[in-house]
Amino acid sequence: MWILRINMSDLSYKLEELPEKYKLLYGRALTSQMVFDEVPPLCHALGLNNKLVFSAGVVTGTAAPTSARVSVGGKSPLTGGIKEANAGTAWGPDLAKMHIRALVVEGLPEKKDVYWGAKVKWDDTAGKPVVEFFDATEHIGKDVYKIYPQIFEKFGEKVSIASMGTAGELGYGNSGIVFNDMAKRPSRYAGRGGLGAVLASKRLKFIILDAKGAPGIDMVDKSLFDEGRKKLIDAIRSHPISQPKGGLNSYGTAVLVNILNEAGGLPTRNFSAGRFEGAAKTSGEAIFETNKERMGKEIYNHACSPGCIIQCSNTYYNEDQTEATSCIEYESTWALGANLGVDNLDDIATMVQLCNAYGLDTIETGGTLGVAMEGGLLEFGDSKGAIQMIHEMGKGTAVGRTLGGGTEVTGKIYGVKRVPAVKGQGMPAYEPRAVKGIGITYATTTMGADHTAGYTICPEILGVSGKLDPLSPEGKAALSRAFQATTAFIDSCGHCLFIAFPILDIATGFEGMIQECNGVLGTNWNADDIVAYGAETLKVERKFNEAAGIGKEADRIPEFMKIEPLPPHNQVFDISDEALDSVYKDL
Amino acid sequence: MLIVCGHRILYAVRDDMIVKVKLFATLRKYLPGVELGKSSDIELESGSSIAQLYDVLGIPAEEIKLAYVNGIFCEMDTELKDGDEIGIFPPIGGGSL
Repeated sequence: MWILRINMSDLSYKLEELPEKYKLLYGRALTSQMVFDEVPPLCHALGLNNKLVFSAGVVTGTAAPTSARVSVGGKSPLTGGIKEANAGTAWGPDLAKMHIRALVVEGLPEKKDVYWGAKVKWDDTAGKPVVEFFDATEHIGKDVYKIYPQIFEKFGEKVSIASMGTAGELGYGNSGIVFNDMAKRPSRYAGRGGLGAVLASKRLKFIILDAKGAPGIDMVDKSLFDEGRKKLIDAIRSHPISQPKGGLNSYGTAVLVNILNEAGGLPTRNFSAGRFEGAAKTSGEAIFETNKERMGKEIYNHACSPGCIIQCSNTYYNEDQTEATSCIEYESTWALGANLGVDNLDDIATMVQLCNAYGLDTIETGGTLGVAMEGGLLEFGDSKGAIQMIHEMGKGTAVGRTLGGGTEVTGKIYGVKRVPAVKGQGMPAYEPRAVKGIGITYATTTMGADHTAGYTICPEILGVSGKLDPLSPEGKAALSRAFQATTAFIDSCGHCLFIAFPILDIATGFEGMIQECNGVLGTNWNADDIVAYGAETLKVERKFNEAAGIGKEADRIPEFMKIEPLPPHNQVFDISDEALDSVYKDL
Repeated sequence: MLIVCGHRILYAVRDDMIVKVKLFATLRKYLPGVELGKSSDIELESGSSIAQLYDVLGIPAEEIKLAYVNGIFCEMDTELKDGDEIGIFPPIGGGSL
């Protein structure tokens, strides 16, 4: 097992044996630990001393269901703190199969106008991965949908590709790292926190993996792994949310639009209301029914990555039956829909496609445009104007570069008081005043406002793992803490977070996930151990942030949410600072 | 409905009420032809519960996960009032965890 270091200062690489202390660290646990160990917290995120660390999860590359995740870590140019973003893509399994526990991109080249590609392939004779560099400058400034086919043509259909778009090249805090999906689309983003700009700062345009001939994943106890795998598969296939033709497979994640709207927690027109009159037109049901009408048949969703049995990724089709985009996630249809007062699904699809093409994070883009609309750049509901602004961002015009700085930067420039961001990162699609627990997660996670860090929506809105009152502050700090710790483990084990729907409700599924990990690692973990594992990761991230100047004072929700009641429930965010601080104090 | 004044029952009548119902995701088939996001007026006997509404709509209990009444999650035995707006959902999930 190796750490592969790619040094962009002198275009070299080296393979290091994995140190003993990292033996049980994978995915987010490893990216965060290595960033803590190797990146000076006060360094510039786009400078010489920042590093990008890629790591797949414990079971990534095995036959475990829905487990092709890869984590990317570094210091975020958006938040100034630690960042882990992950994506589902064949790139993760390919990395793991070559026994590369972590791929680290470090250094900084002196020449700024030359970009490089690194192809990592398995060398059968040497029994290890090797790296070849190539000049990639010709691919700069271009739509990633135009570039990817050329790279696949040059390097073969079986490779997987990590890259960034022009948003990264322009150094935006809003820029993701993109990976290919199963149909070779550049659409699977480790989107949040500006890691695309970090990759671009190193002048590394592509990391191409060719795992042909690679040995695959070693396991200590295959029969235990298989037993766990079977339990998890059964849980996923029997839970109504994750089963074939269930909620996710039929309607995708955008099925959440209507329920958040009914619950009064769908942030609308830059977080000025909790309900949007046009919500239904932007929902998963609308995507499904529009596709059915346009294509003449029901179309169910597809897998974003190998081995996924949930298959929640949709494709949205134009009237002429050509593909408009894939995929429209809940967060994207909200950010570019309700949040902007836009109910035109075709225009939302166009915006999603453009964000992917330019390398922008859809959540940060929607948050930014919402603030800009409030600041008077455009009228709410002006979807054509929003499309134009995304073009400006991608092309790097003056206004585009302003917006590329993200939600908080744009709020400052336009003099807007209502800026929905924490630690510099724009809020996702759940209103903290209407769903208190998720507000605690936004406030306290090390990542900046991030729903995935501790998804209390499960019990607060969806009735998964019980049902809690979303408007009540009672017990929500403990709830968020528990979700944040468990999530940090799931982000490290390699499974997609969506396995949480079945494993929270079906005990054998939860057991199965742990058995899979024990089978691979030879550990004897139980449920408490995995929560402790996740908690350790959170502590490491917290220590990095504190050393970067981001302490508990940054664990706060923006003031307007504490003083402006949100319709329809007319609630403010009423969680005390003491309760917020208890999330980490009692970890 | 009983109209009371102190301990005296003035009169008792059986009357009906109208509630506004929206069905989502896989439940939409139980009110076919309704435009997505639009509510349907459903007439119920006064004092009916959410469970009785499910019976009137003909939706098997096992297909339903939860209901929001006027934006608030409510259990199945909750009594409905005239003019209530009810959104009914099967098990759904997304976003992330």
